[in-house]
Amino acid sequence: MQLANRRKGGSLTVMLSGELDHHNAAEIRKSLDGMLDGSVRELILDMSGVTFMDSSGIGIVLGRYKRMRERDGKLYLSGLGGSAERILRMAGVLGLVERK
Amino acid sequence: MFENHMELSFDSISQNESFARAVAAAFATQINPTIEELSDIRTAVSEAVTNAIVHGYGNKGTKRVYMACAIYDDVFEVAIRDEGKGMENVPLAMQPFYTTMPGTERSGMGFSVMEAFMDGLTVESTPGKGTKVTMTKRIGSVRDDE
Repeated sequence: MQLANRRKGGSLTVMLSGELDHHNAAEIRKSLDGMLDGSVRELILDMSGVTFMDSSGIGIVLGRYKRMRERDGKLYLSGLGGSAERILRMAGVLGLVERK
Repeated sequence: MFENHMELSFDSISQNESFARAVAAAFATQINPTIEELSDIRTAVSEAVTNAIVHGYGNKGTKRVYMACAIYDDVFEVAIRDEGKGMENVPLAMQPFYTTMPGTERSGMGFSVMEAFMDGLTVESTPGKGTKVTMTKRIGSVRDDE
């Protein structure tokens, strides 16, 4: 799965779009992790194009949060809204991951 | 009282998670839910169907998931059923963040989302026989066709 992205130095913004559910999670995860080369210090997940998200999205976000922490980097979320924001808030993710 | 019912079954493959959400939402539209109410229904159905596929059937795509929807005046009801593994301890399974797949990125929040997004949730499960999740949601306004 090709994810639109924008790179600026050590900062990588990935525009997630469409549906984030169990069916798509593995491919999204693989694509995201494939973009994380050693020089990425900051990963911004832009959720503004996400049309649907269930709790599978929690795993995607937290998994990337852990990966970035492992390399002393940071994860940010942007473009949150609707049920995606509600689900992430329920899981405590918004207390852990900053928004940009 | 206005009543309507539908039932369908589909293969236990992840492609059908989106299909199930769409069907439930389409059925619910006849009682004029808001966009947010429809979103809630789609999300809750997605969680229940995913649980059936992942936990009920261990991602084996050769089984069937059964979905029944009903409308009773302004109440939408959906039941998702599988004939899979079942659960020994339903209260434990429903605890937030509890997962039987700790090495994966499964969050264990499926039941919590269902509880938060719907008005009613009941879970019936028998180990070795399967699980049935029934959810209800009262919709804000009902179109009077009469």
